[in-house]
Amino acid sequence: MKEDPGYYDYWPYENRPKITWPNGAKVAFWVAPNIEFYELNPPDNPFRKPWPQPSPALPGYTSRDWGNRVGHTRQMKLLEKYGIRGSISLSTALCDHHPEIIEQCKERDWEFFSHGIYNTRYTYGMTESQEREMIKDSIETIYKHTGQKCAGYLAPALSHSENTLDLFAEVGSELFGDEAGFYSCDLFHDDQPTPINLRNGKRFVSIPYSLEMNDTIAYLVQKITPRRYGQELKDNFDRLYAEGVDSGTIMCIPTHNYQVSNAHRIKAYEEALEYITGHSDVWVTTGKEIAQYFLDNYYEFAQADIQQKNSNYGNVK
Amino acid sequence: MGTLNDEYLKYPERSYGMDHDRYEWSMLQDRKPISWPNKKKVALWINVGLQFFPLNQKGIPFKVPGGMTKPYPDLRHYSLRDYGNRVGIYRFLKAFDRYNIKPTFAVNTRLAERYPYLIDKIKERGDEIMCHGFDMDALHYGGQNIHEENELIKRSLDGLRKLTGQEINGWISPAKNESENTPDILKANDIVYFCDWVNDDMPYQFKTNNGLLTAMPLPTELDDHFIILNNLHAAEDWADQVEDALDFMLQESSTQGGRVLGLNIHPWVLGQPHRIQYLERVLERFSNNDSVWSASPTEIIHHWKQDL
Repeated sequence: MKEDPGYYDYWPYENRPKITWPNGAKVAFWVAPNIEFYELNPPDNPFRKPWPQPSPALPGYTSRDWGNRVGHTRQMKLLEKYGIRGSISLSTALCDHHPEIIEQCKERDWEFFSHGIYNTRYTYGMTESQEREMIKDSIETIYKHTGQKCAGYLAPALSHSENTLDLFAEVGSELFGDEAGFYSCDLFHDDQPTPINLRNGKRFVSIPYSLEMNDTIAYLVQKITPRRYGQELKDNFDRLYAEGVDSGTIMCIPTHNYQVSNAHRIKAYEEALEYITGHSDVWVTTGKEIAQYFLDNYYEFAQADIQQKNSNYGNVK
Repeated sequence: MGTLNDEYLKYPERSYGMDHDRYEWSMLQDRKPISWPNKKKVALWINVGLQFFPLNQKGIPFKVPGGMTKPYPDLRHYSLRDYGNRVGIYRFLKAFDRYNIKPTFAVNTRLAERYPYLIDKIKERGDEIMCHGFDMDALHYGGQNIHEENELIKRSLDGLRKLTGQEINGWISPAKNESENTPDILKANDIVYFCDWVNDDMPYQFKTNNGLLTAMPLPTELDDHFIILNNLHAAEDWADQVEDALDFMLQESSTQGGRVLGLNIHPWVLGQPHRIQYLERVLERFSNNDSVWSASPTEIIHHWKQDL
């Protein structure tokens, strides 16, 4: 085991090369609905128990199923109303179980990225070749059902191995060259994109996805009220928007249809979306577009700046 | 650290629909709109849990949420739950009558046995009574012995039917948890609807080995116990969330047909002197809205079936 994952170097937030988003936008704003399938009878994993009760664990299973039966359409309509294309963190088995949802998102030109096969199958305990096979299955499934070459990854249930990001980048290249496997949502260390060091040297970036703004963290971990969540979204935006004058920032709202679309929560979410998209100089976009724009315009400047600061100040490694 | 065999990467249920055969995969948006009587938009089902939490809780296979947490004898939680059946419920009844809202009562059979005065009072009112299992420590769970569960459900329903003189058509399991056999056993014991599966906002048909049950939507996320004691929100925040839910459902029903707002509440939570005003606030709001239909689950199912 390592003391530090080694994906990135220390890179202070102040005095970085200035990022300007398309049309001079200060904030790149994206919404990442997690569209997930949880199994009623998942196999055991020695490192993580899928459900607190013996199967059938109704409380957890049924509320997630609600997200697909009821919640998805609600959030989709809302995003459409505010001109937002979702960037879907997808349990790719959902393509087989619920193709209707996939079709609706395809029609709206949403982005699909890999969130594994099921959210009840964890990376913990997989060999490198098993994890590679799982990732490959997920990217191929997205391509087969949507025609999209999967650009991004968020490990299923945020379960990782030391190889996760390398394997995702490598499988992406193996299947589609530089067109797939070039960004990750798995790291939470920054409000701007970061070049990631991989073993094969591929140009690869971490895109801020924000656990703090994640509805499940807000509602199930922090247990805040819907109105408080709405206010935190606005507060998060206000600060990133103000700082975006100096250098472009990223705001992401990761959501789950079984949380944010509840009748008692969706109003607060809508108020926040209306507020954020009501500002000028906001680039309403997708995870892939942000990653691609950064790779095309800023990746080398960022790398050079990081290397220069390393050589000026030294680096622990 | 490879410790998983290759079976972990096999997905036997990965095909169209659900990963079990209990109900059809169906998105709410694709279903035929339902209309309620008198052009009402939202059917309001206020479900009051009347519960007995035994002091000698066994906690098999888990401690029921709301149950005893301290070493025996946990007088704190025992008596605080009992407060609801002695004091809080009478505040509830006054409030329902004041705002002309019709409640439904989900009763543990042991509670009905222990407090005949209270059950007589509910019977006199004529409100619908459903079975909430034997007591809050009599859990239904995966791997439970089927004979044991058969006996438990039969004992619960026979007892409550005898004590109330009502048919008892509805069921909610303690902790809304079930075994793999619970729906089959419920149907065999003449249950018509149950509300343990919180996966929809409308009733739907649920398959059992003995015919169809109706699954009724009673969201845990709006439950007073869940919001106030699990999420630790103030009672006022509970009222805000209920009102936001009502507003949203009224709006959604204007284009998609009738909706059901199921509110699960407990007299040991909202029946406290400092919280009751927030129940009254939402009841007043419901009663002032002409689009709200206060109904029992049986009435809701009756009208839902007409439009199927």
